[in-house]
Amino acid sequence: MTAIIDYGVGNLFSLSSSLRSLGETVVITSDTELLHKADRVILPGVGAFGDAALKLQTGGMDKAVKDLASSGVPLLGICLGMQLLFEKSLEFGEHTGLGIIPGTVRPLEGAVPKDYKIPHIGWNSLEFKKDSALFKYIKNGDHVYFVHSFYADECAPYVTAVCEYGCKVTASVENGNVFGCQFHPEKSGKVGLAILKAFTETERSR
Amino acid sequence: MITKRIIPCLDVKDGRVVKGVNFKSLGDVASPVDLARRYSESGADELVFYDITASAEGRALFTDILCETAKSVFIPLTVGGGINSVGDFDRVLKCGADKVSVNSGAVRDPSLITEAAKLYGSQCVVLSCDIKRKDGEFRVFSKGGREDTGLEAISWIKRCVVLGAGEVVVNSIDTDGVKHGFDTELLDAVCRAVNVPVIASGGAGSIKDFIDLFNNVPEIDAGLAASVFHFGEIKISDLKKAMYDNGIPVRL
Repeated sequence: MTAIIDYGVGNLFSLSSSLRSLGETVVITSDTELLHKADRVILPGVGAFGDAALKLQTGGMDKAVKDLASSGVPLLGICLGMQLLFEKSLEFGEHTGLGIIPGTVRPLEGAVPKDYKIPHIGWNSLEFKKDSALFKYIKNGDHVYFVHSFYADECAPYVTAVCEYGCKVTASVENGNVFGCQFHPEKSGKVGLAILKAFTETERSR
Repeated sequence: MITKRIIPCLDVKDGRVVKGVNFKSLGDVASPVDLARRYSESGADELVFYDITASAEGRALFTDILCETAKSVFIPLTVGGGINSVGDFDRVLKCGADKVSVNSGAVRDPSLITEAAKLYGSQCVVLSCDIKRKDGEFRVFSKGGREDTGLEAISWIKRCVVLGAGEVVVNSIDTDGVKHGFDTELLDAVCRAVNVPVIASGGAGSIKDFIDLFNNVPEIDAGLAASVFHFGEIKISDLKKAMYDNGIPVRL
């Protein structure tokens, strides 16, 4: 059973539908007890970092997510959910993240050449940097769907794939049982479903 | 590398897909859910669902179709038509839409763009414009191309991007439904004016029209069309193969 954390941010309809299409049992919940019973957990998110971080703090969900990460349960952050895993974000000021993966989230503006459009919207190809359990059904160069204006930086040891957008943009990260995708696997067609399938096959590390 | 997107547009009325030539004489095509699934399998990069229903019953039917589609089609879905408030954004986002396009609603009240961008992020807010040449300028038309707003198109688009629109769909009324190619003059002018993704719409009749679009206006991010895909005049898989053969970055 995969639990999707419900903390009032983002659209969970497509994510839950895509997992269910793979035959996975899905619960969408903010109940920390239920989250601890799940075989794996997804931290979703769209919108602004500061707002989402604040919502996570409400009701102590930030601590619950950190506990989940250290419990060894596979945890996947998607898009803003991935960015929240880092120590801090410089999106409209400075905001503290969960600090589960070392690194800083920065604006693409200023990092990519001026003629590149922001947000980075569209299908971009993955360039593998490391082997990852999430890549077992996909190949280097496969396309996934991105929509974002901020990116994870100073996290090189944890980067499993990048994409080319005038510079190398962090596409996915991994730190033990914790995974993150900047792109949206639930919107990335067959390749995205293959990544989610691989995630549903991950197991608790202890 | 980022790829150029191919986007079939489904105009939905009373639960069916329709496509008008120059917005008139609507003809019935197919079940939107089936069509969406077929497009996704043949390589569409994104889908646009445009609700051209006016009645409340039709609107409810539209959101049912959207939910049904989002349960089995896992590529980005943009929804437009009848979006006049953040309540309308909420209604379609809950049914699995990723982006919402505003057109007449933004002309009536431009602050809708800012309000929605604050709530859902700029990436969620798409400005859609129906544009026609009039009195020596590009003019924005609303209500499905029937009403001259008096707004000059390029400055209107610039203003909407400042207000928070994260993407722009440019539909040329002059070339729409005629199938003689995209309006590259208009599209080039828009691409020069803004630094957000621009989607070309109106005029696609052949694979060559798409190749010409991406070659002649390299800043264009995506090409959108309806009838040429619905009636099978262009197969998306053939189109993408041709783009690849012409050196245009594409997801195969």
